[in-house]
Amino acid sequence: MKEASGLKNISVLCLISFLMVMGLLVSCGQTDTDRTLLNVSYDPTRELYADINDAFALDWKNRTGQTVSIRQSHGGSGKQARAVIDGLAADVVTLALAYDIDALASKADLLPASWQQRLPHNSAPYVSTIVFLVRKGNPKGIKDWDDLVKPGIEVITPNPKTSGGARWNYLAAWGYALKKNNGDENAAREFIQALFANVPVLDSGARGSTTTFVQREIGDVLLGWENEAYLAINELGPDRLEIVNPSISILAEPPVAWVDRIVERHKSRDLAAAYLEFLYTETGQDIAARHFYRPRLETVAARYRDRFSDIQLFSIEEVFGSWKNAQKIHFDDGGIFDQIYEDSEALPDRS
Amino acid sequence: MESIHLNVRSHRKRPHSSTTEPKTVQWLLIGAAMAYLTLFLMIPLGTVFYQALEKGVGVYLAAITDPDALSAIRLTLLTAMIAVPANLVFGIAASWAIAKFDFKGKNLLITLIDLPFSVSPVISGLIFVLLFGLQGWFGPWLQEHDLEVIFAVPGIVLATVFVTFPFVARELIPLMQEQGSEEEEAAIVLGASGWKTFFWVTLPNMKWGLLYGVILCNARAMGEFGAVSVVSGHIRGSTNTMPLHVEILYNEYNFAAAFAMASLLAMLALVTLVLKKIIEWKTARDLSLLDDAETAVEENG
Repeated sequence: MKEASGLKNISVLCLISFLMVMGLLVSCGQTDTDRTLLNVSYDPTRELYADINDAFALDWKNRTGQTVSIRQSHGGSGKQARAVIDGLAADVVTLALAYDIDALASKADLLPASWQQRLPHNSAPYVSTIVFLVRKGNPKGIKDWDDLVKPGIEVITPNPKTSGGARWNYLAAWGYALKKNNGDENAAREFIQALFANVPVLDSGARGSTTTFVQREIGDVLLGWENEAYLAINELGPDRLEIVNPSISILAEPPVAWVDRIVERHKSRDLAAAYLEFLYTETGQDIAARHFYRPRLETVAARYRDRFSDIQLFSIEEVFGSWKNAQKIHFDDGGIFDQIYEDSEALPDRS
Repeated sequence: MESIHLNVRSHRKRPHSSTTEPKTVQWLLIGAAMAYLTLFLMIPLGTVFYQALEKGVGVYLAAITDPDALSAIRLTLLTAMIAVPANLVFGIAASWAIAKFDFKGKNLLITLIDLPFSVSPVISGLIFVLLFGLQGWFGPWLQEHDLEVIFAVPGIVLATVFVTFPFVARELIPLMQEQGSEEEEAAIVLGASGWKTFFWVTLPNMKWGLLYGVILCNARAMGEFGAVSVVSGHIRGSTNTMPLHVEILYNEYNFAAAFAMASLLAMLALVTLVLKKIIEWKTARDLSLLDDAETAVEENG
């Protein structure tokens, strides 16, 4: 019985110390915020919204006296949309492409189908494009899209099924091939097939691909968001990487929206709308430009002119009609992307 | 895991040198084992601590006292604090029922207890999304009543309880089966009530096995990634547990902070290992005392 009482003592001691630690942690976690907002966003916007949230909280405090805390969730755009459909209570969504927000309307009726008309510029407060990131000195001499399909070049891009950025990558390549071959769809298809035959790893999100390319040092060229490429250079050393601008690329418009069904439940429509409108203000645009998103506001764009190179950009409407269209033809099950992958698996190994 | 108690016995009775292999073979085998452990255990573990402290103690402390990090630590502790006691009660009840009584469907129950071990954690998470998600069975009803399960703390706790529930039961069932029910029968015959029998006979007999199960259960509850990742929603400062926070920090190029959090989890693993060793040692001592007593009785008789 001596053993048992010893055990009892130890367990009582453990329990008391555990409860004390818990108490300490719980007490220091309490904040005195009046209101909260959840922003569900895609992968590469982490740093952008960290700054936007601070600036907006300050602005809102000055205007209304209320303290607001904005919580963030990040992940692949398609995956995040799925989570919101399954019940993740996002007051606002800031995703990589309009189709993912359309899905919230069509699959779960969380907001009206006309959501894109509620805010200026198709509800996309900033734009971006797709560029190439290569290793310092550009050892493989990659200059434009044509260099990506050469044998022996390893291209890193995420999976278009799960990543919004990857779909922009794919569509940019398709648009280039279409223009080069005077609208010949078969030629474009062959180009994309050759491109994806050069892809050794398909990560699920843009950030995963960047880590694959930069940290794990796999591949010769990373296809990705312009902002993500600049961030990688800033964070991980300009001595290791450099950006190559292709001759032509896509105008990527990552849209934002408040989610009606959820803001009604949280009574946060005013806050959510103000938050998104803040993105269009001088301050919001300036923060976006600092994080290498191309601003919409002319005054801010002028200030950051030399930061963004002049790439000829085509919009999704010009080449594909609409996102719905592009999604259906290229990325839905059985679409061109699936067909290309099945074909390439049937091909003998290129290496 | 289940056979420690048997192992311990055979260890003790082992003759002084039971192997006949030459010394070189012995050393070769020991060397191979050590090299393997160094390569796959020591070096990675060392790297975690090295990377965590690479930028100095200040950065390390800042990383683990960051509000989001504290919130992740708090959520992980809270989850373990609910999951472990819940599985403790369930584990004792289930193993008692299985070891001490005969009933229909006993084998089915044993199989079901093992289920969380045999399905992938991602599937475990998806089960809860399908049940409690907005498109799932109970989702719309939950939303009408303003109850949050999935993408909130209850969902994380549920997923953790699910993936950790075999640990305690799995540990206790073989132990209790081996011990049989004679002692309980004796206690009942002597007039003890059910609860008294449990607290004075059954519980002391299984205490070390029980503690061992609790430690394993706790380690998994704190370290679970897959299932929790599916139901978490990854809201920083709110529904991120420690393993999820490590992934986020790593993806944000914040390697020192990521490894600082990882080192906390690694330390937890080391504490678990030490506790486990102590318990094994205690069990061995208990058994040897018992054996010595038995041999003494035999010799004297």
